[in-house]
Amino acid sequence: MSLDTWVSEHGTSSRTTCRVAQLDLARSDDRVYSLENDLALPSVPFGKEFPDRYRQIGIAEANLLGVASGLAQSGRIPYVNTFAVFASMRACEQMRVDLSYPKANVKVVGYYTGLSGGFAGPTHHCTEDIAVTTALPGFTVLSPADAYEAYLATQAAASVEGPVYLRASRGDTPMVYSSEYPFEIGKAVTLCEGSDVTIIATGCLVVPRAVEVASRLASRGISCRVLNMHTLKPLDVPAIVAAARETGLIVTYEDHNLLGGLGSAVAAVVLENEPVPVLRFGVPDVFCTRSDEYEEILDLYGLGVHDVYEAVMRRLR
Amino acid sequence: MVNDLAERARTLRKHVVHLAADSPGAHVGGSMSVVEILTTLYFDGVLRVDPADPARPGRDRLIFSKGHSSAAYYAALAEAGFFPVSELDTYKKTGSRLAGHPHTGVPGVELATGSLGHGLPVGVGLAMAAQAQGLPSRVFVIVGDGECQEGSVWEAAMAAAHYQLDNLVVIVDRNGIQEDGPTEEIMALEPFADKWRAFGWATVEVDGHDVGELSNVLHEVPLTWSRPTAIIAKTVKGKGLSFSENTNAWHYGHLSADLKQQALQELGGAS
Ligand SMILES: Cc1ncc(C[n+]2csc(CCOP(=O)(O)OP(=O)(O)O)c2C)c(N)n1
Repeated sequence: MSLDTWVSEHGTSSRTTCRVAQLDLARSDDRVYSLENDLALPSVPFGKEFPDRYRQIGIAEANLLGVASGLAQSGRIPYVNTFAVFASMRACEQMRVDLSYPKANVKVVGYYTGLSGGFAGPTHHCTEDIAVTTALPGFTVLSPADAYEAYLATQAAASVEGPVYLRASRGDTPMVYSSEYPFEIGKAVTLCEGSDVTIIATGCLVVPRAVEVASRLASRGISCRVLNMHTLKPLDVPAIVAAARETGLIVTYEDHNLLGGLGSAVAAVVLENEPVPVLRFGVPDVFCTRSDEYEEILDLYGLGVHDVYEAVMRRLR
Repeated sequence: MVNDLAERARTLRKHVVHLAADSPGAHVGGSMSVVEILTTLYFDGVLRVDPADPARPGRDRLIFSKGHSSAAYYAALAEAGFFPVSELDTYKKTGSRLAGHPHTGVPGVELATGSLGHGLPVGVGLAMAAQAQGLPSRVFVIVGDGECQEGSVWEAAMAAAHYQLDNLVVIVDRNGIQEDGPTEEIMALEPFADKWRAFGWATVEVDGHDVGELSNVLHEVPLTWSRPTAIIAKTVKGKGLSFSENTNAWHYGHLSADLKQQALQELGGAS
């Protein structure tokens, strides 16, 4: 079914749709809680509908994650809403000792992931969360590509028994999907079929760019596969190995530090299973202190559609 | 003198209006409430800093821990001469160093802030070093009241008293409102001044919009020898504009051309 109505109702911001998903879940499962960090969204009336399962914890992230662990260890399913940078690093050790170690059934939604904070500056960018959260034993790590997939991923997180971290973007981002589809944790989505090269991408804004690269390559007669790697842990190893075998060239694309992100993980899988060249596109190992829009910061770091297109052309020429 | 300071405060507020109107948006509420605090520190001879030599050893340090209120902070730094006032026009624009949250690439900024709860611990370290080296420098840390929900603030408060850091001053912008609503509804802080006292701080409450009162107390610190000083500045979130006072609706926002006009008029004529 087309997503037009859905989008006109819920919009294209993951900040909204992740919370809508929590509210929808709460309506059918009374174990679902929603916790806020003084960053709530009044337009999603979780607190009005379920005052007993809505908890404002204030500006206190260490406490926020600890409280969530306690709720989970009492049979509840708490969703934690905060910024990616605060969840993955301010409260990192709470994630480790209180969520990961006891396998607490907590779902952490981190907004403003990657460089989506844009002009907010370096304290609000988060290009380390994949590295941090995928290194925590037992964590499932999700990274949806648009606001609709963010909704599906938020819902799917409830079906996992154990801690989940979900990277969510900041504002409105382009839609990747135009119709409903079944989201499955751990199963990459093939957005474009292709046989000459595969772009493995993750995250809002980046995945739509990957699709654009593929269509530009197509116009030059190059057949480019695009995989939306919406689950970073567990990684879809069969899809990566098949892409390496069938297309012979892998490109990874993400708005995360090149160290410890999707590119590192994919390169390791390729090297161990089906060694072929891997080109990695990600954020260099620096802080971005320039004020800019999200799109422009990506371009600044060589993460533009043109950069990826050019690199693939050079490789295949 | 007090009149000069009031005029300075008005200038800073006008800058905030410009920044919130000519950029994607700014944290208007917390910028307007902190104006007199910044004014007194920078323009009443409290802070011993040198805009011509921002890294001069032995200077006083101001840590602006509630970094989201950068509009007011940048305005104060520019008016104090750390960078040209004209650079304020680049706020949050492409390629500007004046990002939404301050970082040390901006002259006069001592610490990258914006992630709440970092300023006071770093302030403790700076004060500890000054004390150990026998330097005259004092450390002033401006925090939000909502920010005081962070555990790190109280860990630092404990350490400051433990080490008898009487060269450390925290100024709390007690505007009573955080992002999602009133502090007492989101996560109650009261009895707030008593908490600081219980942690061993010499604590006073002042009217945070009365530059005379602020000036008196800031020139008097430390209030008690061998104790850190906490100044709870009672303020009004969004102070100075009829539509932004005492509400979280203008915690962050962009001013339309109409609202900008209205705001400048309320502040006493366009500029
Ligand atoms: C660690 C951290 N958590 C959350 C935020 C998001 N945030 C920015 S401003 C703000 C409210 C701050 O309230 P307060 O300290 O009272 O500041 P003021 O009212 O003076 O603006 C929040 C929650 C943040 N910047 N840092």
